[in-house]
Amino acid sequence: MKTFAWLIKREFWENRGSFFWAPVVTTGVFLLLNIMGIITFEVFAAQRNFKISSLNINQLVQNMDAKNMANIGVGIDLAMMSASSLIGIVLGIVVFFYCLGSLYDDRRDRSILFWKSLPISDRDTVLSKVVSATVVAPVIATVCGLVGALVMLLIVMLVAAFHGVHLWTLLGYAHPLRTLATMVALIPVNLVWALPAVGWLMLCSAWAKSKPFLWALAVPVGAGIVVSWFSVMGVFNLSSGWFWKHIVVRSLTSVFPGGWIEGGKMTHINMQGFNLGDHLDKIIGVGNAWSQLARMDFIIGAVVGAAMIAAAIWFRGRRDDS
Amino acid sequence: MSAAIEAAKLTKRYSSTKALDEVDFSIQAGRIIGLIGPNGAGKTTALKAILGLTDFEGSLSVLGKDPRKSREDLMRDVCFIADVAVLPRWIRVHQAIDFVEAIHPRFDRARCEQFLARTKLQPQQKVKQLSKGMIVQLHLALVMAIDAKLLVLDEPTLGLDILYRKQFYQSLLEDYFDEDKTILVTTHQVEEIEHILTDLMFIRDGKVVLNTDMDSMGERFIEVMVNPDKADAARQLQPLDERSVFGKNIFLFDGIERARLEALGETRRPSVSDLFVATMKGTYA
Repeated sequence: MKTFAWLIKREFWENRGSFFWAPVVTTGVFLLLNIMGIITFEVFAAQRNFKISSLNINQLVQNMDAKNMANIGVGIDLAMMSASSLIGIVLGIVVFFYCLGSLYDDRRDRSILFWKSLPISDRDTVLSKVVSATVVAPVIATVCGLVGALVMLLIVMLVAAFHGVHLWTLLGYAHPLRTLATMVALIPVNLVWALPAVGWLMLCSAWAKSKPFLWALAVPVGAGIVVSWFSVMGVFNLSSGWFWKHIVVRSLTSVFPGGWIEGGKMTHINMQGFNLGDHLDKIIGVGNAWSQLARMDFIIGAVVGAAMIAAAIWFRGRRDDS
Repeated sequence: MSAAIEAAKLTKRYSSTKALDEVDFSIQAGRIIGLIGPNGAGKTTALKAILGLTDFEGSLSVLGKDPRKSREDLMRDVCFIADVAVLPRWIRVHQAIDFVEAIHPRFDRARCEQFLARTKLQPQQKVKQLSKGMIVQLHLALVMAIDAKLLVLDEPTLGLDILYRKQFYQSLLEDYFDEDKTILVTTHQVEEIEHILTDLMFIRDGKVVLNTDMDSMGERFIEVMVNPDKADAARQLQPLDERSVFGKNIFLFDGIERARLEALGETRRPSVSDLFVATMKGTYA
């Protein structure tokens, strides 16, 4: 256990830039851009004597019906999550390249000869990298997301106060605590979802004698093209689109958090009498997200991912620096 | 004394060639063995097999264990320094020490720091900022602080200047080696390790062509400085090698009685490098 903790620490030392600084800088830049945008808008509005406040927002707010108020609350929830979406993209890129290099870079620079001269099993080495990719990096990114969410909330409240809107009125309709809790609760869902991509990328990293990136990309995309060309999937009564979505895209992009959210649901939105808050909750609410874990693509993906990680461990024991 | 390493019919094939070809050898504990051979002879392959870094055919037992199956276990008692700069470039000196201390049950931090105090290494320095010589100093300090039974060195001083090279072997002898430890070393700089070796193993084209301790080596191989008038008589004894220096011919003999050779001229023990050159004649032809 102590060894494993140190292996994780080692991964963090080596990848401090991408695990820690990348999300921190992203959060900082995102918040800075938002603040600059708001200041620009306020200055612009003040110069043109364009006074929203003349409408008396406070009155506007008081005159809104419950549904509109709820939607404003959801708007604040979304503003809180907005930083996370950008951080999520950065995290996906970081984890993608981390996995690809995790079992290859030390073979290329021959430092594997040092690591393998220590009493550490190949299993622990590989698993420490899996945990770094699926837990350490996402947790750091989530902490950044939480900070970003709180700062965004603060910004929204400050801007509202600037225009004379009572803070607590707005806040009462938003769900700041639930939003923060959701962001934390999504970590395990994203973890399970990411397993096939993490497994595939690390398998390539452990197996390839050179150019793991090319192999990781060429094999699934090549397979997709062959499948489409010969309509192989027709045998299973499935379209080649199924293959592209569940094999090709999944094996390469499920390291991006939230990839499991079914975009299809978005398009069936009935704008009439539609409650944004309910809908948001349905898509990424904690209960719903965790129930997704029972989805077949989650379960099969996790099993296949675990199998590929096991294969990566096997190859780790048999590949050296040559 | 027990054997630290036992190999029987050890074979390693790469697609078309055999890097090791049914090699048999046994290395006793408490020895310093020089594994010497030309480029591509199979030295590194043999070391990798011993360290569990590669698959092989035949049988190999290192400290009583099979390195293929129990590398993790074996590495508690085995240390390894490969040719320079295999320490990860991103790691800092203090991180390397912290990590090995946490991972290795036989690591003695005080000893390591004592070795490092003799160098210019600073705890906050990254390996990529260090010179080759300093990286080897760091690696050696880490390894010497581990109370291992077997130390494997693969060209440990490659690319280092003479000061570092001398210091490296001197530290090993003075502060590390004792009768419980075994050191297996490969190098091309044979002259530099000659005086510290207790055993010698020559390897060529995947086969062990000579395996002897240094004392028997001195008895079996004899170099004679012969005046030109006796040169023909010397040639009749079928020397391994002949060269001439300052008008005298120097012959190298294998297994000829010392008394007979003394009649021809002044005898002496050949240097390992001369013996190596004579043994490996025609390797690249």
